[in-house]
Amino acid sequence: MIEALDFGPIVLSFKLAAVTTLILALIATPLAWWLAFTQSRAKVVIEAITALPLVLPPTVIGFYLLIAMSPDALVGNFWRTVTGTTLTFSFAGLVVASVMYSLPFAVQPLQSAFESVGKSPLEAAATLGASPLDAFFSVASPLAKRGYITAAVLTFAHTIGEFGVVLMVGGNIPGQTKVVSIAIFEHVETIDYTQAHMLSALMLAFSFIALLFVFAMNRRFPVRVG
Amino acid sequence: MRELGKEPQQAASRTVTHGAQVADASRMPVQPPALELDFRLSSEGLKLEIAETIPLAGITAIFGQSGSGKTTLLRVIAGLETRADGRVLFAGNTWQNGTGAAAIPAHRRPVGTVFQDARLFPHLDVRSNLMYAARRAHTKNPLLSFDKVVEAIDLAGLLACHTTTLSGGERQRVALARALLTAPRLILMDEPLASIDGRRKREILPYIARLPRDFGLPVLYVTHAIDEVAALADRLLLISDGRNVASGPVADMLSRLDLFPLTGRFEAGAVIAAEVVAHDTRDHITDLRFDGGRLAVPLTNAPIGSNIRIRVRARDVVLATGVVENLSANNMLEGIITDMREDAGTFVDVQVACGTALFMSRVTHRSVRRLGLAIGRKVVVIVKSITIDSHVARSETKYF
Repeated sequence: MIEALDFGPIVLSFKLAAVTTLILALIATPLAWWLAFTQSRAKVVIEAITALPLVLPPTVIGFYLLIAMSPDALVGNFWRTVTGTTLTFSFAGLVVASVMYSLPFAVQPLQSAFESVGKSPLEAAATLGASPLDAFFSVASPLAKRGYITAAVLTFAHTIGEFGVVLMVGGNIPGQTKVVSIAIFEHVETIDYTQAHMLSALMLAFSFIALLFVFAMNRRFPVRVG
Repeated sequence: MRELGKEPQQAASRTVTHGAQVADASRMPVQPPALELDFRLSSEGLKLEIAETIPLAGITAIFGQSGSGKTTLLRVIAGLETRADGRVLFAGNTWQNGTGAAAIPAHRRPVGTVFQDARLFPHLDVRSNLMYAARRAHTKNPLLSFDKVVEAIDLAGLLACHTTTLSGGERQRVALARALLTAPRLILMDEPLASIDGRRKREILPYIARLPRDFGLPVLYVTHAIDEVAALADRLLLISDGRNVASGPVADMLSRLDLFPLTGRFEAGAVIAAEVVAHDTRDHITDLRFDGGRLAVPLTNAPIGSNIRIRVRARDVVLATGVVENLSANNMLEGIITDMREDAGTFVDVQVACGTALFMSRVTHRSVRRLGLAIGRKVVVIVKSITIDSHVARSETKYF
């Protein structure tokens, strides 16, 4: 290597992806469960809303998030009263944005997995004395394991790869919001192609390996629009 | 070798039942604790309206054609159908009253359910499937300990197996053991043998037949196979188009001509309890005695002195108005015609009482006319031994 690679953005990207994946596991599980088993007419509406980040330009999501997070908006104001900091141009704001942006990548594989598990094993668990929560952890989750792995890998990789939303709500603060994709953009802007090359190659390799993992494991729980 | 219907004393302990009385018997207050059902449920393409009291003893077969609602009935009892509106009372405990959320949810009902498709957990091996139930058992029942159940269902050799490697029969045995390990007070079985071929079926029947005797567990057994009813059940509950049509002891129900359209026209026939008298190993014949006489059936492995059940299909029974000589058929029994019912087509179903046992014969209109068959007339019932099915699986339990 000709010059030292700046690891700051890489560490930050991975940290952001890890936190986002963790939070989404908690949010997406009940949402995917509800979508998989509900008879409600609201299902299609919620499904559409969940899938929105797949089709919207990141700038649109970023723009609305920026407005919602600004200190005088409801969400931003609440955050400031609770924590004393602002959401915009902070790591916390990036996490909120990433959770929104990567939501379908967590919900859809999980929903497919729960649907393919179906009600039968849960009914069997109930007749064996398992409460619904017990049945979820002892039967549904293990049977949906592949769905969880797919969801985690896709969410993680997609969060690492996001650019537009980060740029809109996070800006470019080293150690705070300067993730890999932003760093590459900056290197290109400053015509530092060597650094851009190294980071880009790293991203390419990482994304390829992540997808290879997902496809090698199964093709059963794809992300889809509609 | 012909035995005339005598031995009237033996009949004293049994009740003679004719068509009309049977329906009343089920509505009489019953001594053993009962499952009281009174509910309605309508979902896509099915309207279920059940008002029935099922004694919690022995094996009760719930019989009906596909789509008659018998599986849904079982699901309501198990607590899996919350859309049902009405009452489910188990031995006086309210399991459901009204509509919506059940008073007692499925996982707290002391019921062991065996589904048609077994529903073993694919992520667990056989032992873990069994332990799953044992750890969540409703009570501690020493009769239903892990070791006892595994021994009773002969699963010791399968414990380490993965569930996906099991045969259909093995899967159902594991499912049965798993249901037992919840320490239930009632076993529900939903066509557990529907996808299993005849020979394997016969291997599993004894395990089911033993449940009331060995574990003191009443069984509700949903099926649309009349031979399973004949082999297993003490009582029969007939379901048709979402309603409970009739119920009563199996032998009475299966000999009711008015129920023939529901119990299955082609397979219709009598179920007769008889005692094993002798085995003739040279001719491969087992001799049976019942209160209407003696019967020779194909050799069985039931011990002498034990009670078994045989099934004689209506289409296999020949009627004669006098004694016939030089006939190959081994069984000739004197009886009296107690009921006749004309079929829309070619047939007339004739019910003949030999002692207290009721045989059924399906004959043509022409035969009825030629022989002058009529209710009250004495006839001779002729049955070829080889047409008789012996059900050694169960030894007679007398709950009713």
